[in-house]
Amino acid sequence: MLEIQAITQVFGGLTALCDVSFTIRQGDITGVIGPNGAGKTTLFNIISGIYRQTSGRILLQGKDISGLPPERLAQLGIVRTFQNIELFGQMSVLDNVKVGLHTKSHSGLFSCSFKLPWHLVEERRITESARRWLEFCGIADLADQRADSLPFGKGRLLEIARALASEPKIIFMDEPAAGLNSRETQDLASLIRKIREAGITVVLVEHDMELVMDVCDRILVLSLGEKLAEGTPREIQENTSVIAAYLGEG
Amino acid sequence: MQISDQLTQYLFSGFATGAIYALIGLGFAIIYNATGIINFAQGEFVMLGGMFTVSLITTAGLHPGVAVPCAIILTTVVGILFERLAIRPLKSATPLSLVIITIGGSILIRGIAMLVWDKDTHALPGFSGDEPIEIFGATLMPQHLWIFAVTIVVIGMSKLFFSYTISGKAMRACSYNSRAASLIGIDVRRMVLFSFIISSAMGSLAGIIIAPLTMTSYDVGIMIGIKGFCAAIIGGMSSGFGTVLGGLILGVLESMGAGLVSSGYKDAIAFVILLLILFIRPQGLFKKAETERV
Amino acid sequence: MKRELLKFLILAIVVAILPALLSGSYLVNVLIFVGIHTMLAVALNLLLGFAGQISLGHAGFFGLGAYASAILTTTYGINPWLAMVAAAVAVSLLAFAIGFPILKLKGHYLAMATLGLGIIFFIIFNEAVDLTGGPSGFSGIPNLKIGSITFDNDLKNYALIWLFTLVTVLLSLNLANSRIGRALRAIHDSEVAARVMGVNSRLLKVQIFALSAGISTLAGSLYAHTMGFISPTSFGFNFSIELITMVIIGGLGSIYGSLIGAFILTILPEALRTFQDYDIIIYGLILILMTMFLPGGLVRGVPGLLARLRPAGRQEG
Repeated sequence: MLEIQAITQVFGGLTALCDVSFTIRQGDITGVIGPNGAGKTTLFNIISGIYRQTSGRILLQGKDISGLPPERLAQLGIVRTFQNIELFGQMSVLDNVKVGLHTKSHSGLFSCSFKLPWHLVEERRITESARRWLEFCGIADLADQRADSLPFGKGRLLEIARALASEPKIIFMDEPAAGLNSRETQDLASLIRKIREAGITVVLVEHDMELVMDVCDRILVLSLGEKLAEGTPREIQENTSVIAAYLGEG
Repeated sequence: MQISDQLTQYLFSGFATGAIYALIGLGFAIIYNATGIINFAQGEFVMLGGMFTVSLITTAGLHPGVAVPCAIILTTVVGILFERLAIRPLKSATPLSLVIITIGGSILIRGIAMLVWDKDTHALPGFSGDEPIEIFGATLMPQHLWIFAVTIVVIGMSKLFFSYTISGKAMRACSYNSRAASLIGIDVRRMVLFSFIISSAMGSLAGIIIAPLTMTSYDVGIMIGIKGFCAAIIGGMSSGFGTVLGGLILGVLESMGAGLVSSGYKDAIAFVILLLILFIRPQGLFKKAETERV
Repeated sequence: MKRELLKFLILAIVVAILPALLSGSYLVNVLIFVGIHTMLAVALNLLLGFAGQISLGHAGFFGLGAYASAILTTTYGINPWLAMVAAAVAVSLLAFAIGFPILKLKGHYLAMATLGLGIIFFIIFNEAVDLTGGPSGFSGIPNLKIGSITFDNDLKNYALIWLFTLVTVLLSLNLANSRIGRALRAIHDSEVAARVMGVNSRLLKVQIFALSAGISTLAGSLYAHTMGFISPTSFGFNFSIELITMVIIGGLGSIYGSLIGAFILTILPEALRTFQDYDIIIYGLILILMTMFLPGGLVRGVPGLLARLRPAGRQEG
């Protein structure tokens, strides 16, 4: 469903990604792993439109989406979460998720200021669906708290709820388990499966190997900006060059 | 013949005001590079330099040779107080709160200046008299020569400072990466204070050497401050020759504009240039664009 | 939702009965200024408090409205209402066009650019003497009229200005609690995350800049018709700072806060007559102290302070 074709990214003189190609299949949970500095987050930043790649193309369901800005990609169904959670700190938890519904609503400056009837209908729909997604992620009881008052683990869930609210085709998660304890990580694993069951394709960058091997259908291994291997968790675990790369690092 | 004389005249006076803009612009750039702050109070240092000197000479009766260093020291003390009282204690230093704090500081200083002195304009006698001299068909004041000389010396000294002293190198390190600088043991907060000291001293010096030509009053800071900022923007916020060149370009364009187009709109020239540069080449005229991140 | 409506109704009632309680046209006149300043502060707050984008040039838009109305009605004899609408639309479009390059800038650079813009307008007001009358001002601007009613005394002007002010407040409140308001606050907190969530931050910032400029222009037109005389000093840099101070006092992102800020900063100089021009010292102090100690502004900061004090008090008791 999402084809990454020969992506290369050069910063100054530094090549962060070199000729990486990969296909993400619909309905899969895909893991992207690799030692530090492998270019995983760079890849995410390119796919989500935050960086513009030096060369290469990205196709979503056959359509070239390279170089589109993040807000266009969100409309097309690509969302992401961030490694160091990016919440709207001064807003309530519920309002955070409501922003996730931005692409699903259309009232402009005019109808919002004059509270036109269709705007009111839309606001009601936004509130209902925002609450539903909070429930989906198990944080409905926090709806009225300020986002920056949440503990780290809950903030992570809120970020996922906000991303899901836009009803994406694919959600990219940048190290969703970072900073979570083992119970929270287990809950996260079941949430990720639940997201897939809701028909959303999941891609995650993750260091927690247990989690990756547990939930992922396919894995892409990057090392020093190049594709090292791809395959099922089993194939990756048995791949000698992957083992070498990790051992070489540690 | 006559037109070429006029052009030399504009060129010379443009260079003189341009040199002033360059000094002020360097002050902006030094603080910006050390802290990431655009100090909106920079122009007030310029005003303070001029006003202190006027007071020390006319009221306290000091010899200019004593009054000028005293005025620079007094202004620097204000710079230190400003950094200590307003910048350093700020807890959530977002760009917005820093803009507001430095604007607050700037109008506070201006207001106090109005209270301490008055709303009148004050004149300062030229350092070497007010007898015009003729060079290449242009009429100059001795003060113009002072401006050129002082500017060249100051720029040379700051070049030496940043290239050859430990503190200068440490300040440059902070501007590249303040976290890394603090990791290798540079006291970043001290460098921030240093940057305020240097730029308030430079600003006050600019205010002192220009005062005999343009007069001074409590409210000269804002206009001349923004023009100095404009010079720094043209130069890409460098603490070196880019900003000096930026100041000279601006000064010449302004004096040409005032002479050939309209003196009323002279001040607008700087702001139009400022906007154009910010819109089209925010990295300055002389720098290459950085890698674009969308 | 109900509480919001109730608050607004109370405000409207207070506004309606206030002139009856005050004796003398002087106080009513001061309140007219409170109204105009409220419109301006609310407009600036939409940009500064919600979207987090600073403008140090809003006095310029205010001035554009005042001069556009003055010139169109007095020099060219155009109907004042028509002139008012034309000015607001034209300046909004201008702001929309300038908005794209200017709002690309961030933080300090944006502040400097808008400051430059404001000063360019100010220089034009001063120098285009044939059009604006230059530094000596522009007089003889006609009062507004609806049918046979001419808005020629303080009470009538009070009603007119506050009608516009209340509508501005109401519409801004609606906007603040809508998807647009949320998207703006999202941009303020994390522009990257807002964009990833599908908020077209660039367009939205420009739209709100244009709206904010449009409301300021409208306030300028009303000011010109109410005063009958305008001069450039009312539209300079200091006034832009005064507007920022109003927004900061009341609190970034609080519409009622802007009303309170406008009220305080209009009443204060009147109450402290002896201070005359020294009010800029007070503005400077307010800006610094508020940013340091009460960054949320009075409306949100004071309840916060009280809440922090209360548990301590309980322990002692």
